Amino acid sequence: MSEIAAPAPRGGKWGAVGRRVGVRLLSAVPALFGVLVFTFLLMRVLPGDPAVFFAAGANAGQAEIDIVREQMGLDRPMHEQLVRYLWDITRGNLGNSMTTGQPVRTDLVERLPASLELTFSALLLALSLALPLGIVAALRPGTLVDHVVRFLCTLGVCVPTFVSGLLLIYVFYYLLAWAPDPTGRLDIFAATPPEITGFLLVDFALVRDWEGWRAAAGQLILPASTMALFVLAPLARMTRASMLAVLGSDFVRTAKSLGLSHWRIIVVYALRNALLPVLTISGIVFSTMLGANVLVEKVFSWPGVASYALDALLASDYAPVQGFVLLMATIFVMVNLLIDILYGVADPRASVA
Amino acid sequence: MTAPLLEVEDLHIRFSTRRGPVDAVRGVSLQLAPGETLGVVGESGSGKSVTAYAVTHLLDRAGSITQGRIRFRGRDITRAGRHELRELRGSAMSMIFQNPRGALNPIRTVGRQIGDVLRAHNQVSAAEARARALDLLRAVLIRDPEGNLDAYPHELSGGMCQRVMIAMAIACEPALMIADEPTTGLDVTTQKTVMDLLARITAERGMAMILITHDLGLAAQYCRRVAVMERGLVVEEGAAARLFQAPSHPYTRRLIAASPTRTSTVADLVEGDSPPPPRRMPRAPGTPPLLEVQGLSKQYARTRAVDDVSFTLEPGESLGLVGESGSGKSTISRLICRLIDPSAGEIIFDGHSIAATPARHFHKAPQRRDIQIVFQDPTDSLNPRFSAFDSIAHPLRRLDRLPSETALRARVEECAERCGLPRDLLDRFPHQLSGGQKARVGIARAIATRPRLLVLDEPTAALDVSVQAVILKLLDDLRREDGLGYLFVSHDLNVVRMMCERTIVLRQGRIVEQGPSAALFAAPQADYTRELLAAIPHFDPEAMREPA
Repeated sequence: MSEIAAPAPRGGKWGAVGRRVGVRLLSAVPALFGVLVFTFLLMRVLPGDPAVFFAAGANAGQAEIDIVREQMGLDRPMHEQLVRYLWDITRGNLGNSMTTGQPVRTDLVERLPASLELTFSALLLALSLALPLGIVAALRPGTLVDHVVRFLCTLGVCVPTFVSGLLLIYVFYYLLAWAPDPTGRLDIFAATPPEITGFLLVDFALVRDWEGWRAAAGQLILPASTMALFVLAPLARMTRASMLAVLGSDFVRTAKSLGLSHWRIIVVYALRNALLPVLTISGIVFSTMLGANVLVEKVFSWPGVASYALDALLASDYAPVQGFVLLMATIFVMVNLLIDILYGVADPRASVA
Repeated sequence: MTAPLLEVEDLHIRFSTRRGPVDAVRGVSLQLAPGETLGVVGESGSGKSVTAYAVTHLLDRAGSITQGRIRFRGRDITRAGRHELRELRGSAMSMIFQNPRGALNPIRTVGRQIGDVLRAHNQVSAAEARARALDLLRAVLIRDPEGNLDAYPHELSGGMCQRVMIAMAIACEPALMIADEPTTGLDVTTQKTVMDLLARITAERGMAMILITHDLGLAAQYCRRVAVMERGLVVEEGAAARLFQAPSHPYTRRLIAASPTRTSTVADLVEGDSPPPPRRMPRAPGTPPLLEVQGLSKQYARTRAVDDVSFTLEPGESLGLVGESGSGKSTISRLICRLIDPSAGEIIFDGHSIAATPARHFHKAPQRRDIQIVFQDPTDSLNPRFSAFDSIAHPLRRLDRLPSETALRARVEECAERCGLPRDLLDRFPHQLSGGQKARVGIARAIATRPRLLVLDEPTAALDVSVQAVILKLLDDLRREDGLGYLFVSHDLNVVRMMCERTIVLRQGRIVEQGPSAALFAAPQADYTRELLAAIPHFDPEAMREPA
């Protein structure tokens, strides 16, 4: 039991947040380093020799392969390669992609907004469905509504994304012709907006090109829905569970006993508290989606980072895969940090602890 | 007689459970006049809380009123609709609850929560609500009301949270206040201040109060009329003074007998034979005491939980540690059991220092089997996946190398029998046992390795008085038979007085006073001890005061 109620430090709240952010970022460094070394070693353990792959062709001679290998630095001892790789990273150099011929950093910067835009839209879509569904299910547990929600969630989580993606394409593109050609972020003949943020929807909105915005949104809706369906279940189930727990809590009983209005109890007393665990889950879901996008990106020819990394992996192209994993790890750290900060703002108990 | 404010007539409440319907309340009738105070006492399962929740329509989904009528100001509210209830709750009747911190919204400031109540029943602006909330905080004597208006519940102590709860409950001046175990879990001095406040506020505003409690003393002291409930029925009802002086129903008599008072002994609590004479040999000169503690301290991040505490415990002696929350009594018990490491000081058990062995490795020390502990919560301290047999056998398997499984079984059954646990209950799991039976399992587990020192950390705090009485008797007998040394930690001074030959009073990690129990309780030296003793509610007829 908490025996002593410590006086709460009220001032300097943001200073404390800043310190916590700093500590968290520092403590992420060893984890990121571990990820770097691990993927580096993993890539070298996997079968496939990039030198063979990238030498002129299948009939390239041994001499030619050796030259490529030397160019790529693969003839050096493993530890030397690792040290050189780490040195490059500290200077922001992620190496070059053999497949695209560009620096990996350029490729990732170019493709990351596509992935982020898709993931953000999918998460927003999923939340806008999952929250009401979860709340309704919690308010009427055991009724038909509850079972329908459960069925929808199970369906969403059971059907693999490439199946639901293809199904959506079949229905909305092929049968109904409501959706545009499911290839990429924008019709190839359409004008692209000026590169401002890299997020097409944002960029179109900034230059007030609403026709372009609609076109981009049209391209986005099917892949985003596919992803959203997949993560609907964990979000809706979590909302339902935490809402049920809060509705049964002592302070909701207090609110009822004092005659607060029904909606005030549900929204201010129950929902705000119930959203705290949902916030945590959303962070995990977001990070997972970003990497798990690969099937959706493939099905919809979406020019994102996940499909880029998959292509590189199949081609035994080390640098892009390593760069991708590092990027994912960094994003994971940042998202978790952001969630923690938000949690600290939303829950006064967390910021003191 | 004026028209009653609340009438409950032949109320029946049924809960549908997995094992079929359970009748929690079986025909309860109560009446309450405006401004009157009624105490409803009873043990767990008596239906006292369920009756109160039925009045305010806060029963959970599984429970329903199957028969009977509830009238408030002459109006039948047995089947009141949501709209009607919203009007009644808060403005005509309100409730305060046990566990005040849990009863407040953790992520909303107390000022806003009080404001929510005001605005639910009155047309007031946010600024006005805030000003009235501040007035209410002043009325309930919150320390630093301006500063605490924007505090969150977790920043306030339990007693302060209960004051906030009272502020919310009186915000719209209801005519009836139902207090459901409002001070259970609070310290005895906090209990007194909260109850005094509650009594004063309800009296000043002419509010009627129903006090639901398991504590007879509390009901006697703060209520004019008392109803005793047992298994869903009111078995006796009457003026508090009459009821406690001359109880007519056997259950009331049993309940009164089982409640510790200033003068009771363990033998008084349960009808039965007198205790066996203590088997205690005086310590031979030159041999060390069983336990010697010197300059013991424990520092947590910013607080000093235990500060330079020294005492000794003779073999076969029972020593009581009393104090309020934050006094360090539980920390001391954990330090001596070597579950945590001290920051400074010596713990010498039977002449050997045991403070140096880190708590992590103490399970390998030879003294582990000699020092055992009985925990406060009989449910949480048992592994839910262990049967009673496994729980008792666990320390034996870990610490005693018994020759065979038969020997183990024999020892477990012996321990169970000594603790009054029938043999056929040994295969049951904790959730299939009652609170008292779980407490017996916990005690049997502690004595299984035949320890010489038993640390009892509030062993009966979670039990009903009648169960507490038998468990105290059991513990007392065990000590006398085996010559066990007891370190008995409790917040209940009467229990410590009965159980312990010597008592140590603690406050904020320091010893305030220590001495033989009889002398200490009869003539306390320290002011703090006097204050603690004065705060205990009691129902001794000669000492009973008029309700404040």
